Amino acid sequence: MLLSVENLKVSYGGIRALHGISFQVDEGEIVCIIGANGAGKSTTLRAISRLIPAEPGSKMTYMGKDLFDYPADKVVSELGISHVPEGRRLFGNLTVMENLKLATFARKDGKEIERDLELVFSLFPRLAERQTQKAGTLSGGEQQMLAVGRALMSGRKMMLLDEPSMGLAPVLMMSLFDALRDINKEGTTILLVEQNARMALQFAQRGYVLETGSIVLEGTSEELADNPEVKKAYLGG
Amino acid sequence: MGRRLKIVIFSLVGVTLVVAFIFLASGMSPASFFQHLLNALQWGSFYALIALGYSMVYGVLMLFNFAHGDIFMVGAYIGWGIATGLVALGMRGILPLPNWLILVLTILLAMFFTSFVGMLVERVGYRPLREAPRASAAITGLMIGIILETGNLALLGAQRRNFPSLIKTQTYHLGPVTVTNVKIMIVFLSLLLMFGLHQFVRRTKWGMAMRAMAYDFVVVPLMGVPMNTIAALTFGLGSALAAAAGIFFGIAYPVLEPYMGILVGWKAFVAAILGGRGSILGAALAGFLLGFIEIFVAAIFPSTLRDVIAYSIILLILTFRPHGFFGEPYSARLRL
Repeated sequence: MLLSVENLKVSYGGIRALHGISFQVDEGEIVCIIGANGAGKSTTLRAISRLIPAEPGSKMTYMGKDLFDYPADKVVSELGISHVPEGRRLFGNLTVMENLKLATFARKDGKEIERDLELVFSLFPRLAERQTQKAGTLSGGEQQMLAVGRALMSGRKMMLLDEPSMGLAPVLMMSLFDALRDINKEGTTILLVEQNARMALQFAQRGYVLETGSIVLEGTSEELADNPEVKKAYLGG
Repeated sequence: MGRRLKIVIFSLVGVTLVVAFIFLASGMSPASFFQHLLNALQWGSFYALIALGYSMVYGVLMLFNFAHGDIFMVGAYIGWGIATGLVALGMRGILPLPNWLILVLTILLAMFFTSFVGMLVERVGYRPLREAPRASAAITGLMIGIILETGNLALLGAQRRNFPSLIKTQTYHLGPVTVTNVKIMIVFLSLLLMFGLHQFVRRTKWGMAMRAMAYDFVVVPLMGVPMNTIAALTFGLGSALAAAAGIFFGIAYPVLEPYMGILVGWKAFVAAILGGRGSILGAALAGFLLGFIEIFVAAIFPSTLRDVIAYSIILLILTFRPHGFFGEPYSARLRL
């Protein structure tokens, strides 16, 4: 087991957003968490990345290591867990290349960095064309490519993806998920949270359903896609 | 690149126009005009170097370090201590060094040590308050300033200190205009430091991290960038530049006292606002502009009215351009 989350509780200003959720991700898997807006999907990823504090009693281990021993930047640089945040959050004042280079801030393996950069450019040739352009001037699809590319540069073991399909036209979305599948084949475990349940369940092998801060269902993607409640609530009947 | 080049060209044209206007409006002789211009360059370089520290810290951490003027003072005193010590060692024959080497060592060592003072201020004063309301940080800055002033007073007494004269002043006559080697050196080294800072921020990965932090604070750790390191670095760089300004000030006006940083610090803060919060180029340009305005106002009007008139002009500029030359209109930045 690569990542294990047990009884994760998170509150924002006295209001509990996660009521003690538990789930696991195995090495090499693609796992998705689906749920409506405000169910706590982004909160879950932020807690794993240590961007927000969790309440006492929460347990998160990654390769047997206690995640709470690591500050946010070390989760990325030492554990290799990258995070594509909601809304992409690129550095619009930096060029495409600078965004990618910044993600390697703590890395010292120069040769590997070069190889990863080649991988990113082979997955997303558009980024290679736009290297010297400011990230803020990219189109929505290109921005999402850069957000994923940046995450690849920062750590290769595991990638947390927060709503990568948001705001993308269907064609772009399909090609993005194709690229993500390639990334997974190269050995990166993926934990995806999505409102677009149909897309997520096609892409992932297993999934969890999050509802107002609690996990209410789990199973393989086929099981979830066939579940009448999931069909009704998330797949449009 | 094109946009930046345009900005630089426009600013240079703007500054030239302002200077030409002042020249024509004042009815000065060209000689005295150029004399004032040289003085203004030196005076402005103090403001510019200090303003850079304000602006950088604001850009990266969204707070104004109101102790920055006092860090300028601390830098001047550290420089004074190093220079005096090295001169004394030389006189006793323990470590005889040529004066130019003492000067170089003084500048470098004082910048180095003062940067640690700045990092200490960040660690002790500001880091615990990062999630606190901005007003708390401002109040803390003022208190740190008072501690630095009175701490100096307690440590060294109220006696004023003379900065040892390390370079023999040489005066050159270019027709009716006189220049000293000290003035040339101060302006040259100030510009060199600003250029160095610019290159650091543009070209190194730490500079890149600073720019990223200025754009979006929250996701910087997701790049594997330790935010506290970058915050400390920003304070360190700003403080080192303030120390350089302090030493140059000490060389140009060789009397040091514990409260020397207050007024200069506030004026440099005005320059940082005028340049646009967070803008390095803006802070440098506005620092020089402030120097020009002060010197020329003093040249034309009675010098007791200098600050009243100079700062009225700046108030007028800010009325029309509240976010300064290169600042962006205030926007509440997303913080998660």
